[in-house]
Amino acid sequence: MAYIPIADQPSELHDPHSFITKYVWSQDHKVIAIQYACTAIFVGLIALVLSGMMRLQLGYPDTFSFIDPSNYYQFVTMHGMIMVIYLLTALFLGGFGNYLIPLQIGARDMVFPYLNMLSYWFYLLSVLILLASFFVVGGPTGAGWTLYPPQAILRGTPGADMGIVLMLVSLAVFIVAFTMGGLNYVTTVLQARTHGMTLMRMPLSVWGIFVATILGLFAFPALFVSAVMMAFDKLIGTSFFMPAIQSLGQDLGYAGGSPILFQHLFWFFGHPEVYIVALPAFGLVSDVLSTHARKNIFGYRMMVWAIVIIGALSFIVWAHHMYVSGMNPYFGFFFAFTTLIIAVPTAIKVYNWVLTLWQGNIRLTVPMLFAMGFIFTFIHGGLTGIFLGNVTVDLPLSDTYFVVAHFHMVMGVSPIMVLFAAIYHWFPKISGKMFNVTLGKIHFWATFLGTYAIYLPMHYLGFLGVPRRYYALGNTDFIPDSAMALNANITQAAIFVGIMQLVFIINIIWSLKSGPKAESNPWDATSLEWQTPDTPPVHGNWGPKLPVVYRWAYEYAVPGVKDDFVPQSVPPEEVEMEEGAGKYVDRSEEHH
Amino acid sequence: MSEQTMNPSGHLHTVAQDWADEKQAFHVPWGKLMMWIFLISDTFIFSCFLIGYMNVRMSATEPWPYASEVFALTLFGNNIPLILIAIMTFILITSSGTMALAVRYAHFRDRKKIALFMFITAAFGASFVGMQAFEWTKLISEGVRPWANPFGAPQFGSIFFMVTGFHGLHVSIGVIYLSIVASKVLKGDYDKKNNYDIVEITGLYWHFVDLVWVFIFAFFYLW
Repeated sequence: MAYIPIADQPSELHDPHSFITKYVWSQDHKVIAIQYACTAIFVGLIALVLSGMMRLQLGYPDTFSFIDPSNYYQFVTMHGMIMVIYLLTALFLGGFGNYLIPLQIGARDMVFPYLNMLSYWFYLLSVLILLASFFVVGGPTGAGWTLYPPQAILRGTPGADMGIVLMLVSLAVFIVAFTMGGLNYVTTVLQARTHGMTLMRMPLSVWGIFVATILGLFAFPALFVSAVMMAFDKLIGTSFFMPAIQSLGQDLGYAGGSPILFQHLFWFFGHPEVYIVALPAFGLVSDVLSTHARKNIFGYRMMVWAIVIIGALSFIVWAHHMYVSGMNPYFGFFFAFTTLIIAVPTAIKVYNWVLTLWQGNIRLTVPMLFAMGFIFTFIHGGLTGIFLGNVTVDLPLSDTYFVVAHFHMVMGVSPIMVLFAAIYHWFPKISGKMFNVTLGKIHFWATFLGTYAIYLPMHYLGFLGVPRRYYALGNTDFIPDSAMALNANITQAAIFVGIMQLVFIINIIWSLKSGPKAESNPWDATSLEWQTPDTPPVHGNWGPKLPVVYRWAYEYAVPGVKDDFVPQSVPPEEVEMEEGAGKYVDRSEEHH
Repeated sequence: MSEQTMNPSGHLHTVAQDWADEKQAFHVPWGKLMMWIFLISDTFIFSCFLIGYMNVRMSATEPWPYASEVFALTLFGNNIPLILIAIMTFILITSSGTMALAVRYAHFRDRKKIALFMFITAAFGASFVGMQAFEWTKLISEGVRPWANPFGAPQFGSIFFMVTGFHGLHVSIGVIYLSIVASKVLKGDYDKKNNYDIVEITGLYWHFVDLVWVFIFAFFYLW
């Protein structure tokens, strides 16, 4: 077919000409990625401080006069929402998606750079709207990150005036921003791969980000719709989610709505959201593990299919968040069944990570430490997920600290471990500087051990029946004094881990200013982004000619080859062999 | 290749290979694929609205009004049910036809005819929105509000205004989108690269908005 792919057609590249177009209104995917990442990390730090405040209240009740019950619920809500959406989703997809997709598939940029730029500015707008809610009358919403009606918009819930409205508007704007970016990511992966880069040669990072973006494009609409409907309930008095309610002897004028409808819509978004965060993490960690273990990823094809299958399954498990909301028991059976099925592809991934390490020539670099830490925290959080996926086990554990411990291990700590692994791994390429290894290792051990000190005791508190979301436990018979002591210990650990994140920030800032110059390929990695002519890559990424791909991204420790790796873009005849080793044989086709 | 043809499952294998092949999964322009993906995403929005509608209708505590009575219009002394909506639906589906003609002339690079048919499509769209405004006005004058409804369940007003409003917003955006592209076609902006993909991409959006209307029509007016 005489069809010239668009990626090969000559077209203008929107070269930046001034400081403003280069760093502010930039259409370069790398600059947009850094803008996304910095904004996300900034709001993430705010959410971290909020969690510290919550822990202070829980560990030392009646001590801090500046935390009243309303504040506490506002902290809980904003911490959850910021961490899940404005930090994790934005940093994985807007940050790493933007940076890595074009570089790893050998493209010069995203397919629609202008739309990509708009995506960031809409994201920033949504963040500003969200932060504005701290400064309005009544403060931000305290409805919990799930924003369940009817309480979310009723007087008595903190922030029921303006806070909830700003939250809903901010979410809607975020969804618009995500859609503009997401359309770019999907189209770029499908249409703009360089010569030789088949789908089954893409690094797993791209696979994870790609499938997660598709999930986002299908799941965020449900959140959008529920945000619109709830805003109408709040602002113009419709009754989509609001049953008839009397408040202080007064009829509120609502009638006939269904709060359960909101829960279904919310979790139809909410569960895929877990995988919108987890799948990019799976992808990135696979690349980090393989590179630093000097071994090909074990079972590449299976890893790809596991990502796709987990993504598909994530759309039919949402009601496992609603076991206690009241459901037909057969629904509970169905959703428990689908939920536990997800354990199969997930376990395949975990086995494959471990088998990738097996007999590898492991280099205990900082990114590798974080990646291996992820395997621990993820197995841990995954196992407790099996408890909660079963209806009968979930019922007594629901709304206890066991749930808090579970989802923080599986979708809080684990993706964050991967984020740190990925930031340390790609930092030399992004900045052209090397970070300080000692500080990085201190950061790792403090974070890894510290999070265990926080979340392991919480499982125990959950089994005791300590309820989550309570401002203070008071004198309750079934909660022993030891639980209160444990709570204080957890708080100490949480404050410690929070403060130790400063080590990371200092390391990054110091390295940017005066870190040693990084080599082009410091980790001896095979994928395309490490083979760019410049470090950091310049606008257009590849110089005059696009790279050509000859194999998959996992050609490590090849017998007979002089270096222990073969980059994707080196032609087979140019691979240097050891003496007497014979001709280079491409292993990647065997794995396919 | 010869090995593959000998293999009985070769054909399927080749299809998979093509799709996973280097560079492009689909042999279509970037913009067109992006519009397709956007429309799938938008489908999810409308699906959520319609599922929300079904749920709200089933759980409403008061009786749901009869569509044939609420949406009737008295013309020349006769009370004709659904007459306005029948005209609106007819107009919108006709506009899909004129849009298809515009796409056809885009293949021939016939600038005037492309612009003509796009403007006709936009005019049909605008008249659809106008009639929708008339329908809304009539309902509002009869006392239907997003929070109240003299004919029965208040949710009827809520969900009706929300979903038809959201669809009407799509049509309005489409009218603006069509007008902009049509005037650029007329000016010859797309001759510079001889690339008229945008006409087809606009058409995709327009046909989608029509298709969604068919579902809204069925669920709100025929149920």
